[in-house]
Amino acid sequence: MYEAAIPADPPSIPAIHGPPAQAVPALAVEELSHSFGKRMALDHVSFAVPPAGFTMLLGLNGAGKTTLFSLITRLYSNRSGAIRIFGFDLRRQPTRALERIGVVFQQPTLDLDLTVRQNLRYHGGLHGMAPSDCEARAREELERIGLADRADDRVRALSGGQRRRVEIARALLHRPKLLLLDEPTVGLDTESRRHILDHVRALCRGQDLAVLWATHLMDEATDEDSVVVLHQGRLRASGTVRAVRAEAGAATLPAAFAALTTGERRP
Amino acid sequence: MNAATYWYCLRSIIVREGLRFLHQRERFFAALVRPLVWLAIFAVGFRAVLGVSIIPPYETYILYDEYVVPGLVAMIQLFNGMQNSLSMVYDREMGSMRTLLVSPLPRWYLLVAKLLAGVAVSIAQVYVFLGIAWLWGVEPPPLGYLAALPALLLSGLMLGALGLLLSSFVKQLENFAGVMNFVIFPMFFASSALYPLWRIREGSPTLYQIAAWNPFTQAVELIRFSLYLRVDVPALLWVAGCLALFLGAAVLAYDPGRGFWARRGGPAEQA
Repeated sequence: MYEAAIPADPPSIPAIHGPPAQAVPALAVEELSHSFGKRMALDHVSFAVPPAGFTMLLGLNGAGKTTLFSLITRLYSNRSGAIRIFGFDLRRQPTRALERIGVVFQQPTLDLDLTVRQNLRYHGGLHGMAPSDCEARAREELERIGLADRADDRVRALSGGQRRRVEIARALLHRPKLLLLDEPTVGLDTESRRHILDHVRALCRGQDLAVLWATHLMDEATDEDSVVVLHQGRLRASGTVRAVRAEAGAATLPAAFAALTTGERRP
Repeated sequence: MNAATYWYCLRSIIVREGLRFLHQRERFFAALVRPLVWLAIFAVGFRAVLGVSIIPPYETYILYDEYVVPGLVAMIQLFNGMQNSLSMVYDREMGSMRTLLVSPLPRWYLLVAKLLAGVAVSIAQVYVFLGIAWLWGVEPPPLGYLAALPALLLSGLMLGALGLLLSSFVKQLENFAGVMNFVIFPMFFASSALYPLWRIREGSPTLYQIAAWNPFTQAVELIRFSLYLRVDVPALLWVAGCLALFLGAAVLAYDPGRGFWARRGGPAEQA
């Protein structure tokens, strides 16, 4: 019943002048600005996330990553600029846009006293999934993260890394096409970090999924990734890691990032 | 998005609220002990002090215990409404509110579903309390228990919507104690929960006016009359009107375009 709610046809893009359907970016941010009082949290930011592939959103704390995530997940709405998810404008068609997104927030958001299964059921329900569909999807996703045998354990009994994996499974339950992760490895040890990163990269390769991964940890990016560099609310660079390195004239990504974020503000 | 989608969403929110409540046993007992203390100690002490004459909906002289039960029922709902509002602020700070709000269903629906879930939990508590009150000797007509259900739903929603509205004004969890003092106690004491309105008028005409306008008084009277198989039409209209007002304002306050988050930032930005 849930699938029926999502139209199979591509979103409302002019058939003649518009780009072909497969070129519609998973996420298009256009001239996005947002301020809290006088403080400009985001200042005319534009970038696109390709429909499949791994994109890193790099920025120091306070760069505007969290504000950007809040706007993309519609915690609050943008006043100027536009956000499109697979062509659906978040302000005009929030339902269509939101049902295509899966999110892993920076803060852990599982109910510790409920079991893994109860947490997943709650999420499935929030997305309007029928219980039988939800059950089947939960089994699939838990098997994929290797926690199928922990389904009836309380979340409290899981380790930090396991909880993160459950949150990723939860975010994928309703079959989103765009997975957003906000600093998903913060607070995890090196091994769990590596594990989560490998898992999401594998997901990205294995299925038709676009990933936007926000982090301040440069070593999480590889040369093949796309990268979006945000600094003090402004876009400093976007493109493949290789292109961004070349643009900054730096040998490594951390060096490129340092060059892009320490200089004077661009006009 | 069809009707089934909405139903699955509502059901899962109610199930989660119920599970959370069952896991917090101390909350369950606190919710039950509070009105029982009032019934078993306060009401007994007041039995001799306060004589209640025959006023509608009662048809005979009644003991003070019997008078106070509907007020205590409404008190359970008032505390629940505020408790839910507290948990909204907590969820907001802890981030679990985001999980709810990222659902593709309309935000007003998510808020109403959350309200209904809280009311369902409060009604369960109310019936447990009414059961104990029955053992205590407060025995409304059997059909009254059924007739009270719609009244409980309406008053629970109204008090819950008030809590929801308040939760949107409270910036941080620490500020919540003040809200409790400034909302719960005045609402409870300046109402017909503990003493009939005509008694209040004897004491102070001003307080009488305040109590008569107090939505909590109207909720108490709605429940009282329904429990004795009568409909208090003014109270019904008053409670329904307040529900519409509080809910409308709460939905506006949580609106992504107009709400407080757009101005102040989400939980992480405020940190």
